[in-house]
Amino acid sequence: MIATIQAAFQRARSENRAALIAYLAAGDPDLATTVALVRAAAEGGADIIELGIPFSDPLADGPIIQAAYTRALANSITTRRIIEVLPELAKDPGLPIVLMTALNPVLAYGAEIFCKDASAAGAAGLLVPDLLPEDSESLWSRAHAAGIDTICLSAPDTSERRLAAAAAASTGFLYLISRRGVTGPSGGVGETLEAEVARARAVCELPIAVGFGVTTADDARRVARVADGVIVGSAFVDLAANSAPDAAVGAVRAKTEELMNGIRMVGSRTENA
Amino acid sequence: MIPSRFGEYGGRYVPETLVPALDHLTSAFERLWSDQEFRDELDKLLKTYVGRPTPLFRARRFGELAGGATIFLKREDLAHTGSHKLNNALAQALLAKTLGAKRLIAETGAGQHGVATATAAALLGLPCQVYMGCIDMERQRLNVIRMELLGTEVIPVDSGSQTLKDATSQAIRDWMGSYRDTHYVIGSCVGPHPYPAMVRTFQSVIGREARQQILEELGRLPDGLVACVGGGSNAIGLFHPFIDDEVPMVGVEAAGEGLGTGRHSASLGGGTPGVLHGSLSFVLQDDDGQVAPTHSIAAGLDYPGVGPEHAWLQETGRARYVSVTDEEATAAYSAFSKSEGIIPALESSHALAYAMRWGQELGSGSVLLVNLSGRGDKDVVRDDAD
Repeated sequence: MIATIQAAFQRARSENRAALIAYLAAGDPDLATTVALVRAAAEGGADIIELGIPFSDPLADGPIIQAAYTRALANSITTRRIIEVLPELAKDPGLPIVLMTALNPVLAYGAEIFCKDASAAGAAGLLVPDLLPEDSESLWSRAHAAGIDTICLSAPDTSERRLAAAAAASTGFLYLISRRGVTGPSGGVGETLEAEVARARAVCELPIAVGFGVTTADDARRVARVADGVIVGSAFVDLAANSAPDAAVGAVRAKTEELMNGIRMVGSRTENA
Repeated sequence: MIPSRFGEYGGRYVPETLVPALDHLTSAFERLWSDQEFRDELDKLLKTYVGRPTPLFRARRFGELAGGATIFLKREDLAHTGSHKLNNALAQALLAKTLGAKRLIAETGAGQHGVATATAAALLGLPCQVYMGCIDMERQRLNVIRMELLGTEVIPVDSGSQTLKDATSQAIRDWMGSYRDTHYVIGSCVGPHPYPAMVRTFQSVIGREARQQILEELGRLPDGLVACVGGGSNAIGLFHPFIDDEVPMVGVEAAGEGLGTGRHSASLGGGTPGVLHGSLSFVLQDDDGQVAPTHSIAAGLDYPGVGPEHAWLQETGRARYVSVTDEEATAAYSAFSKSEGIIPALESSHALAYAMRWGQELGSGSVLLVNLSGRGDKDVVRDDAD
């Protein structure tokens, strides 16, 4: 009944293209807006929605997402309220939803009950950037028991051994961080992207999705040429924050279409099969 | 091998991007700490540049205010730059230089660690940038001027609470992108492994000297150790060499306007286990796991986390953690200045305030060793309106 991550990648593969994973900061500036923006991204063609649970001190995020979290927290957004809105999104648009959160809000909620509540509300995946594979067993086992897929990350200087561990601890997809630094447009997509994806392919049977610095249709096309998933975050958050209230939905839909055009321009991906 | 956890506390809760840098730092630290040439170079700088060993001084008149107890002060305020911070900053900077780092970054709250890092950077000829919350830049303006004079660029941090917490987050974010040529000099025994154990190692010079000095002076160990705790580096530096002795140890946190008011920085006294800045420790946070705003009159204690080893020492009962309000600390600051002719940092004044309380409980004949972690010149002109 819950849309799965596997089905989303399968569908993209059947269309001979990479999947688009659209990230939005939940509750920025309120949950009604988030619901509208998720639907806009779906209309624009996104395959998977990544929903960020705001945290007061995110270490991997650049100024755009930090500011989004600050706006959401100023508006008293809580983990519970975000989970409560998931059933609405499961109905419409019904895309698989990956929750992205710092570890601390999960610990505060209670790891077991968090996984149960998130699963019951319709979450498909869980991504915790500050939880490394070697420490993930306790939370991941609860997520798996609740039917939630787990996603670990790999970065440009990650060792082969750690890359394999990240792949082994993941069930949804492997998140490849394209370059050093925090999230946001600054620096663009990493220069070593193609080599990084090839390195990951060697140890990972799951779909490989790439994020950090993916902003334009050109970026999306470059990532889609080698990876199974294109993750775009700050570009959406920035658009949503800097559009007039009435225009944000249209802007996010248009941005999604633009990125999908970039992804579709790749054409045949057989050279990477 | 240095420990990555203290009980369940500590560890590494950071984005994968930083793991290779932390692995590299851990092995480099372990290698250099057992390298005689590196140790000799550091020891020489500690002696001839920092001014170590710092004296152990008996505060006779202050002892009268502390129930007649014998109070010994470990005079870290006499170390170069005016606090214990240079012990760690210089050691990390030397380590970084040895490893070929081209740039140093640091966070600072009161500015003492920023000044210490700026000093080490100047000495070793490394460019340096220090992140500092806008509010701290206002209330510790003198230290901003010092850092700039030393050739360091102070980068204002206007996110979140605009204090030490946010400066630390921003420094970590810088390092996410810069670690290949930049060393992040963390100023306290916080952060991901190896920082808590590495900073403890560098600061343990305080306790090693003090233990030897008091044995020479009295022929016995003291009846108690007292140190203030923000992140807790001066406290762990004093405590650690005494850990196998049966000497009671007390860490003094900042109770601000009172633990019941919510306006304080007592992470161990009023917080709960949580993850902040890369390690699992005690954190001041709300029910949703969002890090809470903090307050202390002492900018160097105004931090919602605490070193993971302190969480462990509290849990095992090896150390006890108490707190002292802004008002008590200010009173001790004033009383101590007049009784000893030493103006203590407001941070250290928290330890002095508790020493007065504890001395009165223990009475004359008891011996307390207090870490006077820094001098108070920076606190003479201040805006109490905070």
